[in-house]
Order: sequence, then structure tokens, then C-alpha cells
Amino acid sequence: MAEITYREALNQALSEEISRDSNVVLMGEEVAQFKGSYKVSEGLLEKFGSERIIDTPISEAAFSGLAVGAAMMGMRPVVEFMFWSFSYVAFDQIFNNAASVRYMSGGLVNVPIVFRGPANGGTNVGATHSHTPENFAANTPGLKVICPSTPADAKGMMKAAIRDNDPVCVMENTILYNLKGEVPEDENFIIPLGKARVACEGNDLSIIAHGRSVQVALQVAETLQEKHGVSVEVLDLRSIRPLDLEAILETVRKTNRVLLVEENKPFCGVDAQIAFLIQEHAFDHLDAPVKRISAIDVPQAYSKALENFQIPNHDRVLAKAMELL
Amino acid sequence: MSQDDHVITAYRDHGHAIAVGMEMDECMAELYGKKTGCSKGKGGSMHFFAPDKNFWGGHGIVGGQTPLGLGMAYALKTKGTKGACLCFMGDGATNQGSFYESLNLASLWNLPVIYVIENNGYSMGTSESRHSAGEPLARRGEAFDIDWSVHQGHDLYEVRSAIHKALSRARENSRPSVLEIVTYRYRGHSVADPDQTYRSKEEIEEYKQNKDAINLFRDTLLKEGVLTDDKIQALDKAAKDEAEASAEFALASPFPDVSELMDDVYWETDNPEQKSSSGTIFFESSR
Repeated sequence: MAEITYREALNQALSEEISRDSNVVLMGEEVAQFKGSYKVSEGLLEKFGSERIIDTPISEAAFSGLAVGAAMMGMRPVVEFMFWSFSYVAFDQIFNNAASVRYMSGGLVNVPIVFRGPANGGTNVGATHSHTPENFAANTPGLKVICPSTPADAKGMMKAAIRDNDPVCVMENTILYNLKGEVPEDENFIIPLGKARVACEGNDLSIIAHGRSVQVALQVAETLQEKHGVSVEVLDLRSIRPLDLEAILETVRKTNRVLLVEENKPFCGVDAQIAFLIQEHAFDHLDAPVKRISAIDVPQAYSKALENFQIPNHDRVLAKAMELL
Repeated sequence: MSQDDHVITAYRDHGHAIAVGMEMDECMAELYGKKTGCSKGKGGSMHFFAPDKNFWGGHGIVGGQTPLGLGMAYALKTKGTKGACLCFMGDGATNQGSFYESLNLASLWNLPVIYVIENNGYSMGTSESRHSAGEPLARRGEAFDIDWSVHQGHDLYEVRSAIHKALSRARENSRPSVLEIVTYRYRGHSVADPDQTYRSKEEIEEYKQNKDAINLFRDTLLKEGVLTDDKIQALDKAAKDEAEASAEFALASPFPDVSELMDDVYWETDNPEQKSSSGTIFFESSR
């Protein structure tokens, strides 16, 4: 297995799926000639030409809606948002059209589309470029939502998303783009949506996280083991909708103590739902109340000094974990 | 229109549905929220669909269908067909940003889409003079180098000729068009519109007397000897009977069962034998 970056893993997934299925196209701002604002699509224009790798104007409502219309007619477009924050000007196309057309047509019309791009803070770009909309995408029946946290997952889940017959929102992370990891070269390497992953095994405390928060949780698990002899299990949700409820309940039943970590803002964040599900299905297995660390509940701050504190970081997560032990 | 041409429209979709060949029964049953409706009672009045007849809805958000129609034209072109997409919209939709974004891409990428503005003079209760600057509305295509024209909706031959020209432009040159068809509506915007605040009864009456498209075409056919009074009466009766029968059909049809509430959301949950994902996809407040 080769060790490649998260960015290269996404590139491989796109390249393989565009080769495999003539209905797959990639479109978005700067995806072709510029090679992608984060170089995710580097080399694809040369390989597939401008009919498959399509530069769009800065016009999210039009190209998102165009892709939904094309998907209704049987194509399988992959739409890149330079940042998921920019999808907010295409809200109607994603949330009214892509999500609801199948239901409103009584199942007659499918929308096999992928919306993808980074959805994260931590890069000091201020409030308009740092949104994490996985909670409200997952709040919309009809959409699927995934947040891969490793290079292998980035490849396997992106391929699954492109082959999926329902609309899938893939929330990536600019900070993870340079993360390296082993990734299978197999063209049929698929990670099914809805399957969580135990990122490290442990017995005393479960940290449940998604996206880059998984990496933070792993660092905290290491600290707790080294400094306090505490054994932490980290569960990577990978997929928000569908959600691996069984894996969540399994780790809760194993450790009886749970800390939820996410970059979402806290009110109605993904972990609000996870906490509800845990108390509903595993209340008797809890030795302590469920605790959460989310982003601090203000618009994303620009200054490094503020934002590094605002998003879940090692020290904030560690302090909250200690409250549970 | 040819078999390669496609239609998408806004929420005032009943006429288009009948025009593409949908049955009155399935449309009426959809209005009643019945299982026998075209969308199994899940779409309602604003959301009729018949993909087998190249009819892609029925869309409830003003202007929201304009990028979708663009995507249909893009798919037709990509797949190498000679078809076009007729994307219908109201006058109110011309003030939505997604419409301008769509015009830009339609022209930039040479897509065979025809935007048909059915201008009935009112966006809900706001008259055109209160909602739009820079009339006529179709002229907005000019900014994007798109051919545009304005036509009288009560003149059937004029409308047919305009659509024919736009279809030829789409098929032969893969170029978009914006057509503004001036028309009217006799009833309020919706069942919730008492229709008493923003226009006069005289205005409605004036239109009925002088510009009713059906009456004018009837008169033309009478003059040409194609129709007779007897034939007109028979046609009227047949139409009314069909409507009555469809209302009876809708009334007698069963409502969908609550067990079907969660069908038709995801392809995957409707096709469990081909399901590739796992996990919980529906979240009940209690189960």
C-alpha cells in the first residue's frame, strides 16, 4: 500500500471514477486550468479534457442547480465548492431541489450527485470561509452526509459517494489535505457509507468525533494514556447520515463514559443528536453524563489566538475528558 | 416539440402537465393528496412530475427551476442529442438571482435552453410596474447576448411561431432564447388570495372579453369553418365531463398509508436488495 496525502487520495478517487463511468464529470470554480484551489483536481484536466473537468464562473446557484438538473437526467456530476461556506448561495439548489425532488416526484426522479469541498475552521480565514454545515445538511432528509478524516477514508468514501444513487455531501478539511496515510491502490476500494471506525481501542472513556476532530481526539487519547494511564477509545463516525448508531452504542456500553467532539457549533450540532441517541438507547450504561466539546458558539474568529481556542483543540478536549474520569 | 425536447416549469404546472400528456386523473388525485396521484400524494399541486414524458416538474420555489432547466439542456448537449429544454417561469422569477446566473451560463456554454416567461402581470399580488425595472422583462437576455422577444399570449399562432424559432435556434445552433409571453390569470394567486386588493374586477373582465386565448382561437376556427357551434358545445362538455370524472376518481381514491411516509426519500432505502451503505438513515423522535 502506498502512503499518500488526503488530497492525493481524493484525486485518485475522482480520477478512477471519472475513468470508470462516462456520466461522471467534475465541475466547480478553478477545478480545471487552475488545478483546483487546493490542488485536489491536479492533473485531471490533462487526463480527461475540458468536457469532463469543467471550470465554472463564480456562480454557485447556477452550477449547483445545473448539476442537479443533469443528475435528474441521468448524469453523475461531482460539484466542488471551493469552501462549503460558499454553498450558502446555492442553498435552494441543494436543500430544496437535490434533497426533495425524489420525494416530491413519488420516487420517479433520482439525483445521483456529489457536492464536495472543505468545511472546516482553523485556517484563520474568518467567519464567511469557515462554516461546518454537516449538521444542517444531515437535518435534511434526502441528503447523505460524510466527513472522512483519513486519506484512506477520503478515497474509499468519495468513490462510494460517486457511485451512490442519492445526493451525497462530502465535507472535507483543508488542514487534512496534507495528512499522509496508507491508501489501497485497488480501483474497487470502497468504504461503504454509514460505517463508523474505531480509530483506537480503549476501555475507560469513549471519545466520539468526526472530521479533523478525530485527529485531535487521537492526540488526547495518547496524552491520557501516557500521563494518566487512562485507556481511551476513539470512534470516528465517518458518516453523519447514515449514522452508525450500533457502533456508537457499542463503545458506550464498553467504556460507560462518553465525550463528544466536533467542529460544529454546539446548538443543534451533530453531537446534540448523538447525545440524544445515547441517552435514549444506552442510558443504563452511562456512569457519567455525556459531555461535549464543540466550536465556541460565536461566528468563526479570524485571529489565530482566538480561532485556535475556538475550535476543539488538544487542551480543551483534554480538560473536558478529565472531568469525566 | 420532438421526443428529444424536455419541459420543466414552476409551481403553476397543471397546464404543462396536461400539455405533455399526463392524465387528468393522476393530476387531480395529486391535488387531493391521494395515493393514485402522479407523485403518490407526496408532491402536491406545485410538484407534478412525469419523467417518462420528459416533464421534470413542477417546482415550488420562484426561479429555483431555472438552473435545473439549464442542467437539462447541458445533459442533452453532453449526451449528443438534438433536443432542447423549455424552462417555463413567471414574471416574478425574473427578479431572482439564480435566473441571471442561469442566463450567463446558458450563453457562455451555448446551451439549448429556452426560458419562457409567462408574464401574467403579477407576482402574487405585486404588479409588474411595482416589481420590475427595465421592461420588457425578456430584454434582460440582451445583457448576455441571448436572443429575446415578446409575444402576445392570446395569439396562439404567434406563440407557436416564436417557440418554433427558439427550438430551431436551440437545435441547430445550440443557443438559448428568452421568450416573454404576455398573458393573464383570472383567479387569485392561490386559494389563500381573496383577489380584492391589487387589481380591479374591470381589468379581469376586460381581459376575458378581449384577450382570452381560448375564446379568440375558437372564434378563428369558427370563421374558418373548422368548428361549428355544435362541435364547440361537444368539446366543452367533453372537457367538463373529464374534469368531473377526474374529481370523482380523486375523491374515491385512497389516501396513501402512513406506512408509505418514509418511501421515496432515498433510492437506496427503496432498493434494499442493492443497498451498499449501512447504519441509521431515518431518525425517529422515538421508536
